[in-house]
Amino acid sequence: MRAGTGPRIRRDVVALAVCALAYLALCALVRNSYYQLMLTLVPIWAAMGLAWNLISGYSGLVSFGHAAFFGLGAYSVTLALVYLNLTPWLGIPLGMLVGAAAAVLIGVPTFRLRGHYFALSMLAYPLAILYVLEFLGFQEVPLPMHRQRPGLFMQFTDPRLYTVVAVGLLAIAMLVSIAVENSCFGLALTAIRQNELAAEAAGIDTWRWKMRGLVVSGAMAAAAGGLYACVLLVVTPDSVFGVLVSAQALVVTLFGGVATVWGPVIGAAILIPLAETLNARLGNIIPGIQGVVYGAAIIAIMLIAPQGLFWTVRDLLGRGTKLPLPLREGAGGRGPADRTHHCPLPPAPSRNGRGGAAALAVRNLSRSFGGLRALGDVSFSVATGEILGIIGPNGAGKTTLFNVLNGVLTADAGQAQLAGIPMLGRKVHQISRLGVGRTFQVVRSFPRLSLLDNVIVGAYGAGLDDHAALAAATAALDAVDLGRLAARHAGQLTNKELRLMELARALAGRPRLLLLDETLAGLGHDECDELLDVLRRLRQAGMTIVIIEHTMHAMLRLADRFLVLDHGAVLAEGSPREVIENRAVIEAYLGPKFLAQQCSV
Amino acid sequence: MAGPHIVMAGLVPAISIRLCHARTNVRISPVQGHPCGERARGGVNDVLIENVLNALAAGLIIGCLYGLMCIGLGLIFGIMKVVNFAQGELLMLGMYVSLYLVGVWGVLSLLGPAAPFVGALIAGPVLFAGGALLHRLLLTRVSGLRTAGLLDEGAFGQLIVTLGLSLILQNAGLIVFGSSPRSVLTPLAARAFMIGPIIGDATLFLNKARLVACAVAIVVALALWLLMERTRLGKALRAAADNPVAATYMGIDVDRAYRIAFGLGAAITAVAGGLMATYLSFTPFVGLDYVIIMYSGVVLGGMGSILGAFWGGLTVGFVQQCSALVLPPQLQNAAIFVVFLLIVSLRPQGLFGRSAERA
Repeated sequence: MRAGTGPRIRRDVVALAVCALAYLALCALVRNSYYQLMLTLVPIWAAMGLAWNLISGYSGLVSFGHAAFFGLGAYSVTLALVYLNLTPWLGIPLGMLVGAAAAVLIGVPTFRLRGHYFALSMLAYPLAILYVLEFLGFQEVPLPMHRQRPGLFMQFTDPRLYTVVAVGLLAIAMLVSIAVENSCFGLALTAIRQNELAAEAAGIDTWRWKMRGLVVSGAMAAAAGGLYACVLLVVTPDSVFGVLVSAQALVVTLFGGVATVWGPVIGAAILIPLAETLNARLGNIIPGIQGVVYGAAIIAIMLIAPQGLFWTVRDLLGRGTKLPLPLREGAGGRGPADRTHHCPLPPAPSRNGRGGAAALAVRNLSRSFGGLRALGDVSFSVATGEILGIIGPNGAGKTTLFNVLNGVLTADAGQAQLAGIPMLGRKVHQISRLGVGRTFQVVRSFPRLSLLDNVIVGAYGAGLDDHAALAAATAALDAVDLGRLAARHAGQLTNKELRLMELARALAGRPRLLLLDETLAGLGHDECDELLDVLRRLRQAGMTIVIIEHTMHAMLRLADRFLVLDHGAVLAEGSPREVIENRAVIEAYLGPKFLAQQCSV
Repeated sequence: MAGPHIVMAGLVPAISIRLCHARTNVRISPVQGHPCGERARGGVNDVLIENVLNALAAGLIIGCLYGLMCIGLGLIFGIMKVVNFAQGELLMLGMYVSLYLVGVWGVLSLLGPAAPFVGALIAGPVLFAGGALLHRLLLTRVSGLRTAGLLDEGAFGQLIVTLGLSLILQNAGLIVFGSSPRSVLTPLAARAFMIGPIIGDATLFLNKARLVACAVAIVVALALWLLMERTRLGKALRAAADNPVAATYMGIDVDRAYRIAFGLGAAITAVAGGLMATYLSFTPFVGLDYVIIMYSGVVLGGMGSILGAFWGGLTVGFVQQCSALVLPPQLQNAAIFVVFLLIVSLRPQGLFGRSAERA
């Protein structure tokens, strides 16, 4: 578990225990089997909502197809009982395995898609399975009765026992969700939701975390489906694979609040009884009126509480620091506020491969977009501990160079080596793990995470464990003089602070090479100076830096050497003086005025 | 699917079974048989060729109608970036508007065989007004500029609102229109052009109602394409789609653009619904079956492209009809999804979409 989450976990687990006991006490009092069924279905749909929340709520990858897992769970349990005489006590775990396997099979092709494409493609899976099952003749499969040993086959005569099992399932689902939410798993998913490319560039293997999320989610949904089949004693493709099952998971979660373990529980506890009561009371008078009222109710709540009930109520109660974690405990003890300017840097970059090899060597790198040659035969090298400034007019290929170097784009030809290790052909997070930190031209932050969490993402990206990650992140924040703002949300920071945050996030991954893309853009004169100070200190500590920048006066004070790009090719390379006196560079980029100014100064 | 089943899907087994039946009623029938019935002449080969020819023709004709239906969704999805689950209900409303004009009130009976098609066209303006009103009252609160800067762009709120809307429209439809399957009768539905024999003994049968519906669909689609490409309004809509905030700075009333887009999207889908009503029977829950087909088409074509949406819909209709040649009827829709998943995993941005993320 992540540092500082202890109190929250304790609070959630205690609340869970209290709620579960109260719920069971309520169930013990209800004799009517109709109401008892309703009480059983609430935790089942809550568990289904939790499953959906685990992947879609945290990572923001909305799935419209969770019925696939639910239905596979239900059919696994049913068919195992019909054909193998396997008790649901084993059938449900079997169904979870099937659900997890399906998650892998579904995730592999579908994670290539983004946003709405992902959401809508997920819709296709349960429906395809639905039609195939109808074709195979599984329209309606009843569970065979085992009257002599009801307990063994989960066929209780007392309906209250179903509720006990359902509450148990929900409790397990909640504990799993709490564990995920408070570990680097949850942080990785949250970071993916807020800015996937930034998470990837910070070294997070986004594909793997999403896949893990979907597998856990698929198994959880399958368990809910399996129990659902046991409770209803019959399955039909429509009732477990239908669009409405997926919609159900989504509605209870969104209604209660996404990205919290309590959301689906609150949503199910209100909506399931509401819908059922409407159905029983109004549905008999005017068929259809219950759907109208229900639809109007969820719309009304959504307009009043757009974030879901949990978040809206919490904001109303004013526990509104809105911090996802009590971070100050973890970080504050170190008193970062008074440590400016003397702080040690994050652990120094490893120096293996230093024997003569340049920190970065690029040879004949080329990349085209259709007919446009963005990079053509670019070659240069950077020595360890050096600051190389890349300048050139807009469209010269500077950012494309960075994108190729850190794996966002593939190269058409050429080589690049980091301290002798080939870099090209790897994924973004793999290059980050090799020791390449990167900042972006337009800052990519995780706006709803605290500053410290933003930076911790970078530390997890380097493969650090919880404690080491916290230490590395705190040190990185101190290195850029942001320690005092650690608890602030990234969304509340100024441009300069965001630039420093991105730098700290890159540093927390203990890079040997920093690629900084217009880090000084949009900063005022004094702010620019502060950032230059930070960068100079990094160089003193031995960091190798490649920086793209347009502000020549700042670059002249910072860079050891310049590389000038124009139309995707290297126009000049050398010391600042050589470059600014180079006639070709003056013509292409600096302009004659610049030289005149420099001479007069 | 009667009832508040969003939550209740199969609470009691009996409900689910009833739902099953409801479903089969409204499913699109496979390639409808030609009126001549069994033909004694001709060998196995001729029958095969004839089946293939007729399936291809039916695929194209149904595909054009699906194409139009997808354009409606494509407008809303592509311009507003809103996943509208109620789109199927807009289709359903288009069908019922046409039904009431032509069949129930009979106000168009003077027009004779053309009445169903005029009814379908009238459904357009009616649903345009309804759609614009819905946008003003409801959708504008959870979409557009109001959510432009938010995390996930407010997608979660939109999902709930459109799901709720879909439930309300379905069930209100049940109350107002009743649950028995209806269809807009036209004498043309029972007549076919016979073309051929083309190859050997194989003859092509083109159902007249579907052929006219297809022609109307193509005309409407072309008109919309011209509107989007050639007019100032179209330009404003495309600008609002590309970058709403920047469009605002350029003096475009983005809220109004979205309202028009939603109205147009509703209208186009309703026209498609009215046209489809001439050859299939429907209930207030027919939207559920088509909303998925619509999304398949739009995603296939690539978001934000009118032409793409049309081709996407055409592809879906084509696959559905042609799969009848080799697959049992129950698997026709499964075939759509398999082809859909295949195409999407080969071209993640859709057939006509472009991906444009910059680092």
